[in-house]
Amino acid sequence: MVTTTNPLENRPAALLEAIARPRPTDAASRRAWALAATVTDPELPVLTIEDLGVLRSASVVDGHVTVTLTPTYSGCPAMHAMQADVAAVLRAAGYASVVVRLVLSPAWSTDWMSAAGAAKLREYGIAPPAGHAAARPSGPAGPLRVSLSVKCPRCSSLNTSELTRFGSTSCKSLWQCRDCLEPFDYFKVL
Amino acid sequence: MSVASADVAEYATWLGDDSLILAQRLGELISRAPELEEDVALGNIALDLLGHARSLLQYAGTATAQNEDDLAYWRTEPDFRSAHLMEQPNGDFAHVIARQLVSAHYLYELYARLQASADLTLAAIAAKAVKEVNYHRDHAAQWTLRLALGTDESRRRMVAALSDVWPYVDELFRDEPFIDRLDGIAARPSTLRTAFDAAIEPVLAEADLAVPRGFTAAGGGRRGVHSEHLAFVLAEMQVLTRAHPGAKW
Repeated sequence: MVTTTNPLENRPAALLEAIARPRPTDAASRRAWALAATVTDPELPVLTIEDLGVLRSASVVDGHVTVTLTPTYSGCPAMHAMQADVAAVLRAAGYASVVVRLVLSPAWSTDWMSAAGAAKLREYGIAPPAGHAAARPSGPAGPLRVSLSVKCPRCSSLNTSELTRFGSTSCKSLWQCRDCLEPFDYFKVL
Repeated sequence: MSVASADVAEYATWLGDDSLILAQRLGELISRAPELEEDVALGNIALDLLGHARSLLQYAGTATAQNEDDLAYWRTEPDFRSAHLMEQPNGDFAHVIARQLVSAHYLYELYARLQASADLTLAAIAAKAVKEVNYHRDHAAQWTLRLALGTDESRRRMVAALSDVWPYVDELFRDEPFIDRLDGIAARPSTLRTAFDAAIEPVLAEADLAVPRGFTAAGGGRRGVHSEHLAFVLAEMQVLTRAHPGAKW
C-alpha cells in the first residue's frame, strides 16, 4: 500500500531534515519508534533503518501501532524484508495490532542518512555518500558528469576511481582505490 | 491510497506499461550483457523501472479494484498501453544503449514535469523516479559516447542502432484525446518534446552522431495496437502465473 503527502521539493534543507525525522512526542509512540529503530537493512546489516532515514514515523493509538517507512530506491528488494522485520519486532514486543505502511513522498534522499550511519558505513568498508543531493542540479540540466571525490574507506585516500556506476545493490556503485588498490562499494548520492 | 479516476488510471497505465515492458526487455540481458558490470547495471536499471511500474499499476488498479499483478499478468496485448519503443527487441548492445538513451531522456523529462502534477500520487511517484532515471540517462549517455567515439566497428553499430531506434521517438510525444481531460494532472506528451530535444541533442553532438532522418513508425501502443514483438514479451512474462494461477512463493 502506497500513500502520499504533498511533494516537498524546493523546500529549504533544514525543513526537509525536520520533516524527514518527525520523532514522536508521546511516550507510547516513542517506545514503538525505538523498537522499530532496532531493525537493520538486510543488505547493510550495520545500518538501522533509522540510520538510513527509511524510518519515517511511528505512532501508537489505543494500542494499535502504525509505522511508516519510505523506500530508498523504487525497486529496492530489501523493502519488504524491512517491512516484515519491523512488524515482527513490534509483535514480539507485545503489540497485537501492527500496520507498517510504505510512503513515497517526500522522496527519500541520502541526505537523510544520519552522521552515525555514515560513520558505521565507512567502518564497514563502504564509502558513505560524498556531498548532498540538494547540491545536485535539478531539472533538464543534462547528464551529470562531475562529482565529488570519493574517499577510500580503508586508507582514506581521495585518489579513487569509479569502476562501474551500478554496483551490488541499487544504492551502491563500485570503486577502486588507486593507492591501496582495494575495490570498495560507494553509497551513491541520491 | 487515493482511488484513481478512469482517466487517471488510463494515464497511469500508459506510464506503468512503458516501464514494465522496458524492464522486462532489460531483464533479458541479465547474464547476456557484454561484461559483468553491464549485467549488473542493466539489471539495476530494470529494477528501478519495475519499481516505477509497480507503483503506477498499483495506482491504476485502484480504479477497477485490481492489483498490480492482475494488471501485469492477466491482461492481453490490446489492453497494454506501452509505446512501441519499449517492446523493441534488444538486438546488439548498441541497440540496447540507443533505446536506453531515448527512453531515459524521455522518462527524465516526463517525471521532472510530473512532479508538479495536481494528482499527489502521480507527483510522489514522479519525484522518486526522476532521481533514479537521472542515473539511467547518465549511463546511456556515457555508453553512447564510448561506442560512437570508440572503434570503427563500435561506431558503425551505434550509428545503425540510433537510426533503427529513432523512428519510435515520435510516438512518445503524441497526445491522445483523453489527455485533454487531464489538464494539470498529466504531463502532456507533446509539450515534453522541446526539453527532450534540448537534452539529447548535445549528447548526440558530442558523440558526433547526427539526429537520424527518415521514416516515423506508425505507433499505436497507447491505443493497444502493438507490433508482433509485444506478444512474445508478454508470453514470457506471464507464462508462470497463467500456468499456476494463484501460486505463491
